[in-house]
Amino acid sequence: MVYDFIIAGAGVIGGMLARELSRYNISVCILEKENDVSMGASKANSGIVHGGFDPHPGTLKAKMNVEGVDLLYQAAEDLHVPYKKNGSLVVAFSETEAEHLQMLYDRGIENKVEGMSIVSGDEARKIEPNLSEKVVSALVVPSAGIICPYELTIAAVGNAMDNGAELKRNFEISEIIKEDDIFVINSSAKEQVKGRFFINCAGAFSDKIAELAGDGFFKIIPRAGEYLLLDKSEGIRVSHTIFQVPNENGKGILVSPTVDNNLLTGPTAAKVDTPDDKNITQKGIDTVIEYAKKSVPSVDFRQVITSFTGVRSSETTGDFIIKASEKVQGLIHVAAIDSPGLSSCVSIAKYVTGIIKENCNIELELKKDWNGSRENPHAFRNMSDEEKSEYIKLHPEYGKIVCRCEKVSEGEIRDAIRRNPIALDIDGVKRRTRSGMGRCQGGFCMPNVMKILAEENGAELQAVTKKGNGSEQLTGRL
Amino acid sequence: MIKHDLVIVGGGPAGMAAAVAAYDSGVKDVVIIDRDASLGGILQQCIHNGFGLHKLGEELTGPEYASVYEKKVRERNITIYNDMMVTCLTADKIVTAQGSSGILKIQAKAVILAMGCRERSRGALNICGTRPAGIYSAGTAQKLMNCEGYSVGKKVVILGSGDIGLIMARRMTLEGAKVEAVCEIMPYSGGLTRNIVQCLEDYNIPLYLSHTVAEIHGQKRLEGVTIAQVDENRRIIENTKRFIACDTLLLSVGLIPENELTKEAGIPIDNITNGAIVDENRQTLVPGIFACGNVLQVHDLVDYVSDEAELAGNGAAQYILNGGCKGDSVCTEAGNGVRYVLPQRVNTGTGKDVSLFLRVTKPYGKVRFTVKSSENVLAKAVRIKAAPGEMEKITIKADLLNNITEPITVELEEV
Repeated sequence: MVYDFIIAGAGVIGGMLARELSRYNISVCILEKENDVSMGASKANSGIVHGGFDPHPGTLKAKMNVEGVDLLYQAAEDLHVPYKKNGSLVVAFSETEAEHLQMLYDRGIENKVEGMSIVSGDEARKIEPNLSEKVVSALVVPSAGIICPYELTIAAVGNAMDNGAELKRNFEISEIIKEDDIFVINSSAKEQVKGRFFINCAGAFSDKIAELAGDGFFKIIPRAGEYLLLDKSEGIRVSHTIFQVPNENGKGILVSPTVDNNLLTGPTAAKVDTPDDKNITQKGIDTVIEYAKKSVPSVDFRQVITSFTGVRSSETTGDFIIKASEKVQGLIHVAAIDSPGLSSCVSIAKYVTGIIKENCNIELELKKDWNGSRENPHAFRNMSDEEKSEYIKLHPEYGKIVCRCEKVSEGEIRDAIRRNPIALDIDGVKRRTRSGMGRCQGGFCMPNVMKILAEENGAELQAVTKKGNGSEQLTGRL
Repeated sequence: MIKHDLVIVGGGPAGMAAAVAAYDSGVKDVVIIDRDASLGGILQQCIHNGFGLHKLGEELTGPEYASVYEKKVRERNITIYNDMMVTCLTADKIVTAQGSSGILKIQAKAVILAMGCRERSRGALNICGTRPAGIYSAGTAQKLMNCEGYSVGKKVVILGSGDIGLIMARRMTLEGAKVEAVCEIMPYSGGLTRNIVQCLEDYNIPLYLSHTVAEIHGQKRLEGVTIAQVDENRRIIENTKRFIACDTLLLSVGLIPENELTKEAGIPIDNITNGAIVDENRQTLVPGIFACGNVLQVHDLVDYVSDEAELAGNGAAQYILNGGCKGDSVCTEAGNGVRYVLPQRVNTGTGKDVSLFLRVTKPYGKVRFTVKSSENVLAKAVRIKAAPGEMEKITIKADLLNNITEPITVELEEV
């Protein structure tokens, strides 16, 4: 079959675009090189909905960010993705930095960000009592928020699939050939997919995909960001997201609660040779601790439960690249989506739809039965004890707790393995249910999650992987 | 809401021994709630021997030791809820539990906490490098091998020389894996001497003291680790780094009492033991709530867990039957060379001997422990050697506890 649209990359951008396109009577196929969706920057970032004061006025970033915030909150509602409008504070430690805050404020006004104010250090400490005594002033941005980025991506892809889109995993694009106006896409595992239009949402690999498609006009500069995630006991240190004054390396090290009530600190910004370089480094760990403590000195880093690295897809111009190819008809690039990409993902999807309408010879006819909502994967978690008890009587598998730290039941794990896009590996279950994300980091629940995965997939326990082929946990039977 | 006299959270060795002791002390309405399908807790996966020498006078495997206590529980009319996890505990002793029959709420007269401990994870260690498959806490690997019947790897490095790690070094060797190294960041092992001898030395497995894993390599499955020596501040010495190819890294880097329920109930925690602050009956600072076993302090041997659980079981029974101790108490303090002393409070004038349990701060040769309250010497004890990995027990005679009002201090001197 020849799909109408092929989307390369099942990150938050590819996922949200697939959801947007699934409104129409057209066929959509998402190609993903990993064993799950949300495996690149979409899984490892700050999870911040930015107010929109940072991007320079007139850039695509400014437009997408400011337009995107409310759209994103609406999508999160529809898709039952946890988010919180907790607001953010940008803190200044010197008069020079305070001047910079004023500049950000002015920029925010120009970008039409609403509700901002600049407060003194003491006022900032009234809002956030654990802020450093050295903070002299702060920019308060009430429209900023936090969201779970991988849950958003999973939900977007899942909702697109519920509305007819297809997802092909482990499809690493090795060749793109244009034959009679049709894109013929070959994978390194010798699979083939064909489509009329090709949308490059390949994140850190979007320059390579552009090159394969014959339009390699930009170069992604991968920049790694290391994070330390702390136990829920530290999640109470701050209620707002605390930024420092941004510099050329990005928005600096933040201290933020997460939607799951952990505390997130990071990211660093280090150029790396390849997007696959997700090493945790001593330098990175030390930097995160030093700067996070500068903002909030009382953070107890003995409560770290995990560390991770995400790789941003930056480009020299500093702006998003979202446009139809000037060389290859039917090819659209959605590339260089670094911060504020998450905040902009829905507005980007809508913007790309506009580009499609202008550039692609295809009629976009709305489906009558499109459903932009998705069953709430956290319905059980959010029930009262009484409701839970009633529900368990009908569905006993929700009574049995598999992950004790995060209190995740067997029923919720089975749902994650059955619901679009189904979890195929241990990490996939983890991102969908939080099983293994708590204090013991899967020490107790992993063997049981493996058993459920094997059972649901009709496979041997030995075949269960952490994150796709080659990451098997077991090496044989005794 | 249903009512029970005594609810015990956890059906491992601590919970079972506490239930039996409370029952035998006269409380007949006893409930054990356990999250697993069967009683025994972590003992179920400890198929090696060495359990019961002190307590039962014979050397048993973990499941055998558990079955001794399970039989005692079953012989008594003790209610067992399996596959049920306590999700909430309040200071007024309302226990909420979730299981496949629904949510259960129990108003208890007394509660014994016996949830055990968990292993410190890789994340907590901030090891540099990648995060591939093939990295397990030692107990997880033990479960996959001993309960599920699978091997977890062929070439192994173990970080930490805790007892589970040492046991797993031997276990994996016996199953044909090659254990390349055991790295211990401290200049001494935290494990029992008998385990060092029987699990490492007998199999020629090298133990590198003052060493750690500096970096993890491999994208999908572990391909190797960089190990390195550390200085006295536990910082990596760069020029000692070397690569060891391996497909498996086991972590045995410490056990953490699982006190989330305890904290939610507002029960004060000792930040050295990471367990509740208790008196000699193992009663926490919330009257009627007791704690014992590894949720209170990490023990060396299950035999001592059973001993401690009996104290808690008896204490809870006395609390239910007659309100428990109501007299004066003094606190205990760790003096020179002593890391912690448990119990943290001692009731005075009860007419009973009280045993203090403690760990030293570092390995010592011959030492003398002195237990004092102000200038009154309450007990002395001499040991040929002392190490952090071996818990010490010193008993104070009842008559010496009659008239003291000042804190009880334990200190050591090298002799």
